[in-house]
Amino acid sequence: MRRVEGAVSRRDFLRAAGVAGAVGVSGGLLGAHAGRALGQDHSGHAMGSEMTGMSHGGNGTAGDVDLSRFDPMKFLRHFDYGQERREGGRTVREWEISAEEVDIEVAPGVMYPAWAYNGQVPGPTLRATEGDRLRVVFKNRGAHPHTIHFHGFHPANMDGVFEMVGPGQEFVYEFDAEPFGCHLYHCHTMPLKKHIEKGLYGAFIIDPKEGRPEADEMVMVLNGFDTNFDGANEVYAVNTVAFHHQKHPVKIKKDELVRIYVVNALEFDFINSFHTHANFFDYYPTGTKLEPSEFTDTKMLAQGERGIMELRYGFPGRFMFHAHVSEFAELGWMGLFEVEE
Amino acid sequence: MGKTNKGRGPVWVLLGLLPLLGLGVLLALITLNGAGIGREDVPPVEDLTATRVALPTENEIVVHVTNGGPDPVTVEQVTVNEALWDFEMTPGNTVPPRGSAEITIPYTWVEGEAYGIGMISATGTTFEAEVPLAVLTPGLTGDAFWRYALIGFYVGVVPVSLGLLWYPFLRRLGSSGMNFVLALTVGLLFWLVLDTLLDAVETAGTLPGFFSGVPMVLSVTALTLLGLLGSGRLFRRGGGESSRLSTSYRIAGGIGLHNLGEGLAIGAAFALGEVALGTFLVIGFTLHNITEGIGIAAPILKERPSLSHFIGLALLGGGPAILGTWIAGFAYSPLAAALFLAVGAGAILQVIYEVSRLLLKDSERSRKPALSASNLGGLTAGVAIMYATALLVSV
Repeated sequence: MRRVEGAVSRRDFLRAAGVAGAVGVSGGLLGAHAGRALGQDHSGHAMGSEMTGMSHGGNGTAGDVDLSRFDPMKFLRHFDYGQERREGGRTVREWEISAEEVDIEVAPGVMYPAWAYNGQVPGPTLRATEGDRLRVVFKNRGAHPHTIHFHGFHPANMDGVFEMVGPGQEFVYEFDAEPFGCHLYHCHTMPLKKHIEKGLYGAFIIDPKEGRPEADEMVMVLNGFDTNFDGANEVYAVNTVAFHHQKHPVKIKKDELVRIYVVNALEFDFINSFHTHANFFDYYPTGTKLEPSEFTDTKMLAQGERGIMELRYGFPGRFMFHAHVSEFAELGWMGLFEVEE
Repeated sequence: MGKTNKGRGPVWVLLGLLPLLGLGVLLALITLNGAGIGREDVPPVEDLTATRVALPTENEIVVHVTNGGPDPVTVEQVTVNEALWDFEMTPGNTVPPRGSAEITIPYTWVEGEAYGIGMISATGTTFEAEVPLAVLTPGLTGDAFWRYALIGFYVGVVPVSLGLLWYPFLRRLGSSGMNFVLALTVGLLFWLVLDTLLDAVETAGTLPGFFSGVPMVLSVTALTLLGLLGSGRLFRRGGGESSRLSTSYRIAGGIGLHNLGEGLAIGAAFALGEVALGTFLVIGFTLHNITEGIGIAAPILKERPSLSHFIGLALLGGGPAILGTWIAGFAYSPLAAALFLAVGAGAILQVIYEVSRLLLKDSERSRKPALSASNLGGLTAGVAIMYATALLVSV
């Protein structure tokens, strides 16, 4: 078979080279000649170096997303405490959450047909204090059955696993907020992988009764999107939009305590990670203890794993934070802190 | 009833236009209202094919894409080796159906490494292109131009000329020996036509769907054959039989188009940086092509053409290899390659017909069976020679 078409695979090439070797002396002679005739004359490369040409060539996305639909910067520091009431001497928090089908922009111009809580991916960051009574009115406005499965303590019938909520139906989850920590909630309908990869997840934070020290708090949900449905992610991100915080750095104050609630909601890949540049952070796994377990600059997180990171920047300037899985970083899970005096 | 051939006035013209008018109305209705099963919820059909990837400088990757689907495709993001990368696209990010565009990615690649390029459309669909082995794509410099010409020369012109050098030897073979050589030629050409046609089909298979590559290639082959047969008859109308020299020229022409395909293969291999493969193809094709000289010489063994004819035949048969390396090296297009190869296959088929006729006429004259032992032997030997030399270029 002769090769006329453009692509010759590397394997074919190696095989051909191997056979070429076997052709022997005459092949070698002619080969050397042809190689010299056409090959690797570097003088021809000279014009290349001036051609760096493009203004900002490099790793990243081209363009920007429509921020009126979803603004990762607003999502970053927004915590939804729900409707707060006192009932019989205790705090009750009530939320209304719907499952909807909505196209979201996961990289500039790239739309993903998502299933989303309240029309956004990740869903709203729900936050309560240990011991609060929580009531979540869940309405399914999608075309598929959905649920909400909260991580934490709750009765069996509040687990969001067996009580399917069909299209048009609703269900009220009611349970107490415990244990304190950085948790998550997600749909638990089969096929589970599909319901999570489509975007039905969010952060669920329970503060300890005594609270945590004052800090600039933010939530970062690590996620990815399989835009072509081949069972692997094309785009990775923190809070959905690839490279958003590289284009729009997260501003923080020098020496101020920064507390990041990190949730790994990634599908398909087992491990994600979080790495901070020029700094180390106190890490509280799952956020269920008040003492940090580690002082590090890189933390690996398996699927569904989450924790709290606390750090302060002593120098002003721009500092990267990103997955230390380079592939994820280069496909969008990359951002910048801009530390200001 | 009335006469069938009434006047051909304006009414006649109107009658001719009537069905077209109806067709226009029908098309307008379909365009406006859909075909009755219009579905807005169906996602667009996106089909983007990378037709060529070039590395014109050390820090640039250029991907030529063609939209083979019925809907426009908008390229929103581009990845290189699974990293989202900045890019520019001309004339624009949206490629209309049947349209083409060029994506320029500022990427500093490493010589000798492989690259996978991904294009993500607005709907999240991905399309891929490949750089199997990164080397600088030769620019259209005078130097590269001559180097390609040189390769084409020693793949095409030299072996065909060497084959023609058998002419004096073949002339002393006698009548049955000449018939053996003619049969051998048919065997050689039989292999060549299969080879060329399969190449054309394979290349056509890489084209975007809307080209209908494979049927197009087969049709072009058939039309070339019929066209050459028809025009051959035209030439014979006055002077009786077409001369044996003109048969040789037609063999050389058909072989030339086949060698153009070989030039394309070699040029493409070099352009893709597959120097070892390219070199290897050079060796294989050179060996392969020496037999073609015999085929070209066979019809004129009983004549004594001047040297200038031999030079002409060698250039016609071998020269297109040079053209092929140029095309593939500087402006490879799978569409042009498939078309050239299809024409070549048709031309060779016509030559097989011509040479077979020579054999048949001779058997009529000598009252020997056309499928004599020596003719069958020649045919088999031709195929065997081609098979043996083709082993060298089968990768």
